[in-house]
Amino acid sequence: MRPKLINRLLLAPAGIWFLAMLVLPLAVVLVFSFGERGQSGGYVPAFTFAQYLNLPARWKAFENTLTLAPVGTLIVLLIAYPLAYFLALRANPKWRTLLLILVIVPFWTSILIRSYAWIFILGGRGIPALLDMLGLHNLRLINTPFAVLVGIVYGYLPLMVFPIFVSLERLDKRLLEASADLGSPPWRSFLQITLPLSLPGMATGCMLVFILLMGEFLIPAMLGGGKVFFVGNALVDLFLQSRNWAFGSAVAVALVVVMLVTVTIYMRAMTRWGNGRDDVSLM
Amino acid sequence: MHSTAYPQAPASDQNPIAEFRAASKHYGEVVAADAISLSIMPGEFLSFLGPSGCGKTTALRMLAGFEAPTSGEMLLDGVRVNDLPPHKRPVNMVFQHYALFPHMNVADNISYGLRQQRPKPAAAFVAQKVAETLERVRLPGFDTRRIWEMSGGQQQRVALARALINQPKILLLDEPMAALDRKLRREMQIELQSLQRALGITFVLVTHDQEEALSMSDRICIMRAGRIVQIGAPRDLYDAPNSRYVADFVGKSNFFEGTLSSVSGLMGAVDLPTGPGRGRLGQDVAVGRKVSLSVRPEQIYLSPTGGAFAVQVRNRIFLGEHTEYLVNNPSLGDFLVLVSRQTEATLGAFDPGQDAFADWTPEAALILNND
Ligand SMILES: Nc1ncnc2c1ncn2[C@@H]1O[C@H](COP(=O)(O)OP(=O)(O)OP(=O)(O)O)[C@@H](O)[C@H]1O
Ligand SMILES: [Mg+2]
Repeated sequence: MRPKLINRLLLAPAGIWFLAMLVLPLAVVLVFSFGERGQSGGYVPAFTFAQYLNLPARWKAFENTLTLAPVGTLIVLLIAYPLAYFLALRANPKWRTLLLILVIVPFWTSILIRSYAWIFILGGRGIPALLDMLGLHNLRLINTPFAVLVGIVYGYLPLMVFPIFVSLERLDKRLLEASADLGSPPWRSFLQITLPLSLPGMATGCMLVFILLMGEFLIPAMLGGGKVFFVGNALVDLFLQSRNWAFGSAVAVALVVVMLVTVTIYMRAMTRWGNGRDDVSLM
Repeated sequence: MHSTAYPQAPASDQNPIAEFRAASKHYGEVVAADAISLSIMPGEFLSFLGPSGCGKTTALRMLAGFEAPTSGEMLLDGVRVNDLPPHKRPVNMVFQHYALFPHMNVADNISYGLRQQRPKPAAAFVAQKVAETLERVRLPGFDTRRIWEMSGGQQQRVALARALINQPKILLLDEPMAALDRKLRREMQIELQSLQRALGITFVLVTHDQEEALSMSDRICIMRAGRIVQIGAPRDLYDAPNSRYVADFVGKSNFFEGTLSSVSGLMGAVDLPTGPGRGRLGQDVAVGRKVSLSVRPEQIYLSPTGGAFAVQVRNRIFLGEHTEYLVNNPSLGDFLVLVSRQTEATLGAFDPGQDAFADWTPEAALILNND
């Protein structure tokens, strides 16, 4: 057999999977988004831009998503980096594996259960009650953007820690010795050597967290209590509650477009920055 | 810059530029350096030579400041520096695998040391220095190259340039040529030597390649299990090793074991299976002790007609200007003989299986303890 044919055969399962799982649903959603809502919900074929013109009705969901997803990613990054740094470079190797496992322990139970725990902690009988005793009255935490951000940090931290950990772990420690040898104190070695060389890990982590956050609906639903909602919540609402499939599809298409645009800009920026600094590849 | 056109022999009235005073380094149970005492003189080329794991790198790392001695003292320019961190020491290192910064181009790697100085040197000065240093290591025009676009030999020059740009008082080199092929290594050795002469910087080299140490150094420090067993000029180490270990490590040698039967002045006699064998006393040895008579292969004559030991030629290895024979004497066992091309021209070559005679002068044999 010619190698070309073998290649094609080997690629076939992946290709079929890609087609069935990604292209097909997307095509369906795209078609739906130009249709109309049926009498008792669902979808009636049509060709109208009405759904798209109606998008501003869900502006708040887009606004929340597009602010809380980047802000959440940034906060997760800022917390994950020192943690990953400690695990990779400071922790006793004997304990490293155990500590790494501890980082992912929260993943052992459902996010639903964990979010309930946070509802309690941030709710009226949790932290606010404690603060009340200390003299800080009427503080509301639950159902605020703050609560959603807490949930995001809690849920997404491991996703950011791991790629950064890997890039720091792979860092050749002799580079730091070389830097010290050439007259750089430790903190400057960190800025000049460690930080730039862990950029690929940071970029991967941010990408992962950001993309998943854009589609998040559980955390805002639980901790935002209908007051702080994401596009994901709007979709749940449109498809399952009001059964407006056509409008739901338009919102979904809009989310995909927004995501494609932001991710493309991000990748462009990263590769350009990486090339400019003649860096190792960032992805 | 402190540069001299002519090599300057280290004068004895100078103060050492660096000193180990009974410096030891323990890693838990492992004693990597065991009470090393050594004075390094300004401008000299010193090598640490020894087998793998004998503590060469540890000694170098104590000089660089990556390891603090567990006990004893380290001095630079007469000042105790046990706890001085590496970035404050006027010492730079060429790392074994270069440890070049992968996210910087050649120029940024080389200028790194300059850019760490405070106050920061002017950009124009840095650029000029980089160009000069690149010239010095024969890499002009390579400034904007990425590290991974350079060959092994070129990377080594970059590492060298990077370590030289701050004009260190001592340049430390940890097996810098280990990754190069033989021919390139030879070239680099010559280049390093002339660079050292031109710059007048003290070089401390770590190597397990005895040829490298012999050809480049002013002095060699032979190490064994964390200790220095002998320090001396290459020729002294070769001609007057103070132990069987050194004789074995520096150059090749044959060892014939026997009991020391008598001593007279600087000479002694060893009871070999073939009868008494005379030789120079190489170290403190006591009559009645088991000793070795050490004879270099090139000090042994091979003759088709006559000599003290009847031998049979076992094997012949052509080495270019020399031929190495493995010969056997029924009582002494196998030993090596090195015959020069010239000698072969007059006596003819020996064939494997051929009978011949071997002999050496008492002055060529050295009596060493059998440890
Ligand atoms: N960080 C460390 N922890 C524990 N033991 C170490 C450490 N570094 C070195 N050693 C041990 O100390 C001894 C000397 O090591 P060192 O690296 O100085 O040897 P070396 O002479 O440079 O050997 P090589 O030629 O293989 O590089 C070895 O037995 C080594 O295993
Ligand atoms: Mg070593």
